[in-house]
Amino acid sequence: MSSYSKKFLTDLYKTLYTIRVFESRSIQLYRQGLIRGYFHPYLGEEAIATGACAAIRPDDYIASTHRGHGHCIAKGADVKNMVAELFGKKTGYCKGLGGSMHIADLSKGNLGANAIVGANLPLGVGAALGSSLKGDDKVTIVFTSDGASNNGVFCESLNLAAIWNLPLIVIIENNQYAVSTSINESARETNLYKRGEAYGITSQQIDGNDVLAVYETVRETAGMCRKGKGPILIEAITYRHGGHHVNDPGAYMPKEKLDYYMSIDPIKRGRTYLLDKGKASENEVTKLEEQIEDEMDQAIDFAKSSAALSFDEFVTIVEDY
Amino acid sequence: MAKAQRQIMYREALNEAFREEMRRDSTVILMGEGIAQRGGSYKVTVDLLKEFGPRRVIDTPIAEASFTGAGVGAAIVGMRPVVEILFVDFAMLILDQIINQAAKYRFMSGGEAKVPFVLRSQGGVGNGLAAQHSESLEAVFYHIPGLKLVMPATPYDAKGLLKQAIRCDKPVVFLEHKLLYMNKGPVPENDYTIKFGQADIKRSGKDVTVIAWSNMVLRSLEAAKACADENIDVEVIDLRTLVPMDTKSILDSVRKTERVVIVQEAVRRGGIASDIASIIQSEAFDYLDAPIEIVAGLNTPIPFNLDLERQAIPQKEDIIKAVKKVMYVD
Repeated sequence: MSSYSKKFLTDLYKTLYTIRVFESRSIQLYRQGLIRGYFHPYLGEEAIATGACAAIRPDDYIASTHRGHGHCIAKGADVKNMVAELFGKKTGYCKGLGGSMHIADLSKGNLGANAIVGANLPLGVGAALGSSLKGDDKVTIVFTSDGASNNGVFCESLNLAAIWNLPLIVIIENNQYAVSTSINESARETNLYKRGEAYGITSQQIDGNDVLAVYETVRETAGMCRKGKGPILIEAITYRHGGHHVNDPGAYMPKEKLDYYMSIDPIKRGRTYLLDKGKASENEVTKLEEQIEDEMDQAIDFAKSSAALSFDEFVTIVEDY
Repeated sequence: MAKAQRQIMYREALNEAFREEMRRDSTVILMGEGIAQRGGSYKVTVDLLKEFGPRRVIDTPIAEASFTGAGVGAAIVGMRPVVEILFVDFAMLILDQIINQAAKYRFMSGGEAKVPFVLRSQGGVGNGLAAQHSESLEAVFYHIPGLKLVMPATPYDAKGLLKQAIRCDKPVVFLEHKLLYMNKGPVPENDYTIKFGQADIKRSGKDVTVIAWSNMVLRSLEAAKACADENIDVEVIDLRTLVPMDTKSILDSVRKTERVVIVQEAVRRGGIASDIASIIQSEAFDYLDAPIEIVAGLNTPIPFNLDLERQAIPQKEDIIKAVKKVMYVD
């Protein structure tokens, strides 16, 4: 395995820990009634967004899901504007019109979260098609899921990307549940990467809780995509730390399985990488964590003190609808 | 002596609009089933492959939802895709990508993002094409905030409105009618566009306002001609775009004639005609000398049998009857 610089591993851990803190603190705010609506935590899956986004360029595209906060952060979003969006404020990424499931940040190449499972695949195919036609050398990552893999547009999109040789990386975040239905109940062939092979797409399965494994795989496949060898499919095996959304206790998730995935928690592993491979001291890591927690405090203050869009401003946006 | 204006077919007018816009802007691309090599079922995209190549005129697999979504995605990153769905009936396969993605994308991004995307399709009754190739489904799109809805009736309008649609930074649903493609009409050879939200008075008259769009404009004009023989002077308003709708032209005409017939090929229930009637009654109630008449399709899928098919949608005689009814003559 390659050697990694301390700075690189610090940056990776910073992203991992930021997502963890963002989700944990936001869930508290949700419980206090400060955040409303639906909230699908990315807890337990942080390594996938972190490793994948670290492996592509800032101007590359991603298409995210309803469980999208991690993707946003990993693609460079400012947590201030993210929290503000969750609060429904004007300073949020969508001015409070979108909320948790619709955060988009085109300036960072984030085409947006999407609350329709599977629907971001065609959009990602389109972004990659645009890059292919413009020759802009960008790749697009579509984050998708075991749930989406049973949707028609998943299959159609793989086929379109394949026949058009698009610079597209499809990452199945296989967290093993479609809302509450186990992958074992929704597919006979549960090795989902094989679905890519059926369309003539280079496909592989990786440990989705290992940020470096994700990073290495995506780095290599992004290079292949830029050389015209796309699309690529990656199935990253992972597990949620809880139910489908904040109010789902996930009673259907077997305890022993959750215990296992807790033992290979992506944040713990990223921290160990930073300490062991990055030769960071415990003190340095703790300081970094405190700094991230402070930033989250500031983001929450920013969101709380931000104004909401007025009705008149809202109506101006939709006046020709 | 002035040169007689060139007459071309509706489909040729659309083809010319594509050719002009694709020459003008290299981000304009076309996607759809059989549009490149075959030139489209109705020959709208014929020969464009020759000039613009397979990267800009793309034959897609039969995967409507996904190639439509790919068009939307490409639009978000700066292309100007025009996606063709062969029959509007098949557009029911793409509703998520149109309604949840294209129509809402700009809104969900806080009003910032551009989605310069055109969905082209055609609807309406042909000649025995039966229930899954004959519907008029414009009300589905009319209902959705965030979409423009364009339905040209003449070659002139087809060219100018398609060019406008391609240049629009917001998603446009552009619906043609299968019986219009072979119709000829005057079309200037120069570059022109028609702004959305401008109805066209296709025939001016003082007695009754008939409001229509797409193929029903032509049928209303035939009816108006027949009414003229009985000394009823009918004004025919072609809305051309349903969203945005030119309510000013509608109301100006209503205030002049004080009698209204609205004609739609689509089924009556939940139709656009009902919405137009509600706008008129709330804005110009005091001007009306008779209840508004709606001439619409029966609440039925389109039957295959040609006689039944004809009777399922408005005919010239139905429009004449409605005109006479609002005039209180037999």
